[in-house]
Amino acid sequence: MRRRIAVRIALGGLALSMLMSFIPIALADGEGRRLINDKCAGCHDLKGPAPTTLRGVWQRKGSDLFYAGNKYRRTWLIQWLQDPVRIRPAGMYYGSHIKPGPDGDQVDQTTLKAHLKLTQQEAESAAATLMALKANSALIKHGDYQPGTISASMGELMFDKFRGCLACHEIEPGYGGLSGPEVYTVAKRLQADYLVSYMRDPQAWDPKIFMPNKHLKEGDLQKFVHYFGVLGKETFK
Amino acid sequence: MIEVRKSNTFVRLALVCALLFSAQGMAVERGEDLYKTYCWQCHGMTGDGNGINVRDMSVQPRDHRDAKEMSARTDEDLFKAIKQGGQAISKSVLMPPWDGALSDDEIHALIHYLRALCKCRHGGG
Repeated sequence: MRRRIAVRIALGGLALSMLMSFIPIALADGEGRRLINDKCAGCHDLKGPAPTTLRGVWQRKGSDLFYAGNKYRRTWLIQWLQDPVRIRPAGMYYGSHIKPGPDGDQVDQTTLKAHLKLTQQEAESAAATLMALKANSALIKHGDYQPGTISASMGELMFDKFRGCLACHEIEPGYGGLSGPEVYTVAKRLQADYLVSYMRDPQAWDPKIFMPNKHLKEGDLQKFVHYFGVLGKETFK
Repeated sequence: MIEVRKSNTFVRLALVCALLFSAQGMAVERGEDLYKTYCWQCHGMTGDGNGINVRDMSVQPRDHRDAKEMSARTDEDLFKAIKQGGQAISKSVLMPPWDGALSDDEIHALIHYLRALCKCRHGGG
């Protein structure tokens, strides 16, 4: 009898401890969900799918987040959400943030809004919830990127002269195109397997996006990500 | 009876004309929207080749308002350049292939808009 009671107490204790270990996660998740619904959903799509019309692309205010867990690096997300800096020099859709200038079109800085800042606790909570959003997993092959390296000069030659990607992307602050996101921070921001997948077929992720499919060979996809890694280690003044 | 037939024929003609004109209008509008989305970044808001991306480019994008240059290109050349990229017609790699983003119909709509921008056709006029 005593043994039965002891077993019941032990089992009850075990169940209670398991429950207790889940409660903080559930609370954190609930808190994170509330946070992203309150603070992110106004500008970011948390549900998908990506726009299938041009108007949808024009109206997008922030990056789609419904596949955030397949795209971002968690550590970067936590840091960036506390101290956000612009990644796309001309905003999400450049056409909404440009004006004619004396030497051609220029970015109209007055139309660009700063991203809101989160506290450390909020950033960690939001990042945990965002990293659980994993739409488009079928497009990701884990281990697709095979780590390697390339010289900075060869990487730049490929990125600029051979493939013309510099036309739309900056490879250092103030050098390169402005309509796309900067690539000198991309290795810190995004998962390597995502980069390979996105460059392989941008429209598979975002059907109407204004980034062309350059039909890069598999080897070149790898070399581009090596190059982003090299850029990520440089210190730009 | 004859009056009714005449009236029916008139209505049909009016419908056909309305459909033709609206289809043309949609094609032009669509081409303009596509241009605004995919081409402005390099060719500029007015199509003069001075988009926000040109600062560090080694080759200036084509001025689509230049009737002389644009009339030297056939519609087939333009189609090939848009679909397969500049290198397909021995031009710059900076002009990318847009086949991943645009259907053939959309490329035709863009060419229609390009001809409106340069106010020209191949061979002049």
